[in-house]
Parts: sequence; C-alpha cells; structure tokens
Amino acid sequence: MSSLRPGNVGIVIVSHSPKIAEGAADMVRQMVGDAVPLAWTGGDVDGGLGTNVAGILEAIETAWSPAGVAILVDLGGAETNSEMAVEMLPEDRRARVLVCNAPVVEGAVIAATESSGGSPLAAVKRSAEEFYA
Amino acid sequence: MSLDRVARERLVRALAGSVIEHADELTSLDQAIGDGDHGLNMKRGFEAVLATLPGLADKSLPEMLKAIGMTLVMKVGGASGPLVGTFFMELGKALPEQPSRADLVAATEKAIEAVKARGRSEAGQKTLLDVLVPVHAVLASGGDGKAVAAEAVQAADRTTPMQAIRGRASFLGERSIGHMDPGSRSASLLIGAAVETLEFEVNT
Repeated sequence: MSSLRPGNVGIVIVSHSPKIAEGAADMVRQMVGDAVPLAWTGGDVDGGLGTNVAGILEAIETAWSPAGVAILVDLGGAETNSEMAVEMLPEDRRARVLVCNAPVVEGAVIAATESSGGSPLAAVKRSAEEFYA
Repeated sequence: MSLDRVARERLVRALAGSVIEHADELTSLDQAIGDGDHGLNMKRGFEAVLATLPGLADKSLPEMLKAIGMTLVMKVGGASGPLVGTFFMELGKALPEQPSRADLVAATEKAIEAVKARGRSEAGQKTLLDVLVPVHAVLASGGDGKAVAAEAVQAADRTTPMQAIRGRASFLGERSIGHMDPGSRSASLLIGAAVETLEFEVNT
C-alpha cells in the first residue's frame, strides 16, 4: 500500500478499524494522487478492532521518506501505540516521525495535500492540526 | 530479594493467571465506561507472555521484566499495552538482578514516572495510576506485603466515584462516575499476584 516519492513527507493512517484506515487511504489517493508515500494500518494482532505497534512500525517503514512521516490516528489507543512505535524506531528516524492531533480522515487528506506540495514535516503537521484549531 | 528460576516462572504464571482468570470481569468493567476490550486485550497479552515460557524464566529478573513489557506492548492492542508494557520495561531497566527493598521502591517510582509520561496523565484521572501511585506510597513508607496488597484493592475501589479525565472513559464525562476503572482493576490484580508470589518466596 505505498508509492515511494522520496522528498515528500510520508503519511501513515492508523485506525482501530482496518476498513476506516484503508478507506481514508483511498480518499487520500483519489484526492491527492500518488505524490506522497502513504501507508495504513488498523486492527489488533488478532484482526479485531484495535491498533498494534508492529503494524504501525511496518506502516512507518512502508511510508518512509527522508523528509519524515506524519501519523494520523483516530482514538486514544491508536495515539498511545503510535507514540510507542515512534520510540522504538532507530534513533536517527525518531525525530522525523510526528503524531498529529487531527481528525484521521480530514487530517490525512490535508496532510497529504500539504506534503504533495513539498512542504516540510512541521508544516504538514500544522496543516492537519488546523482542523482542531 | 533473590528469585531463582523456579520463583521467576511462578511469578510470571501468577501475574498472567491473575489477569486471565479475571478477563470477563475486566471486560464487563470496560463495557460500562470504555470500549469493552480490556479483558480480552490483557488476556491476549499475558497469554503471549505465557507462550514465551519456559525460556522467559531463564532470563535474569530485569531482563525477564523487560521481555514481558515488550510482549505486552506488541500484543495487547489497546492503550493499555503501551501503558502496562512500559511499566514492566522500565521496572526491568531500573532493577538490579538482586534488588533490595530500596531498589524496588526506586525502580517502581521510575516505572510509574514512565507510565505518567506515556499516558500524559497523573493520579486522580481514573487510570491505572490511581492504583500505582498510592500503592507505591505504601511500599515506600515501609508497608509489608499485606499492606501493599490491601492498598491495591482499596485504591482500585476508590476509582469508582472518580470522573475519568484521560482515556476512552473521559468521553463519558460525568457518566464515568460510579464504575470502577478497568485499568486500575487489572493493575490491582497484577500487584496482588506479585505480592502473593513474593511473600511465598520470602516465607519458604
């Protein structure tokens, strides 16, 4: 579930529901195209609703870009598990992955739009978060 | 305190058993104010921990605790995975192989600080910290195993009238009042199991 364009910030979508994560990724692809590295993950390790650190780490790897990765999450556990995953990354990557405080679907589309224009990670995060501002 | 291999395995089995046996209770507590998956998630995590026995108990106490924490982080699935997992991982990092009581007090304090940071939370917000923090206070002030275990049970009970500020239950606002926090209950079960095993070691 990815297309690699080094240079643009990667987007990772994390939802408790794999269907929501995949659907949000579909929206990003349709609205923004494939100019940004994109990956999604959802569900616990047994395939039920939830999130899991291994899945998030894999999604970060898939969407990896030298410009960094912005993660969009839905509810509490998705955020906590994403922060855990970021801490488990190799040290040189850790500072280049940010979890955004934004609604998962709208945030993903806006973050990807910002990224597709070549904006840096901080700007991508800011744009997504303006939804809550 | 020195735990040999047999004692370490007994500790792991007691911790896992306490959560697995109460999975239905944890789930029903979570159905009242959360998303109803706490029992299932914790059971999955501790079954995964059990699956790493007997090799797990071959590790030193600090390494064993770190491994338990990592398994919980990877397998639990909800927010409790990183929270409870972080507690075990940090405890393992901070404890020497043969900890004194003072080592245990210092290490649990570090582990609690790490849980606070992970959850960006403090005691008083209807989370597992409402058990960890008061239990640590009893331990730090010299309380014996019985006092520690009793405080764990009472502290979980005291979350019932609290209003949730962090976690899924906070969405309910005042409606979270009147139900025990499931994360506090599982923390209390784990502490009870740990105390029981360690007392057994001290007394035999």
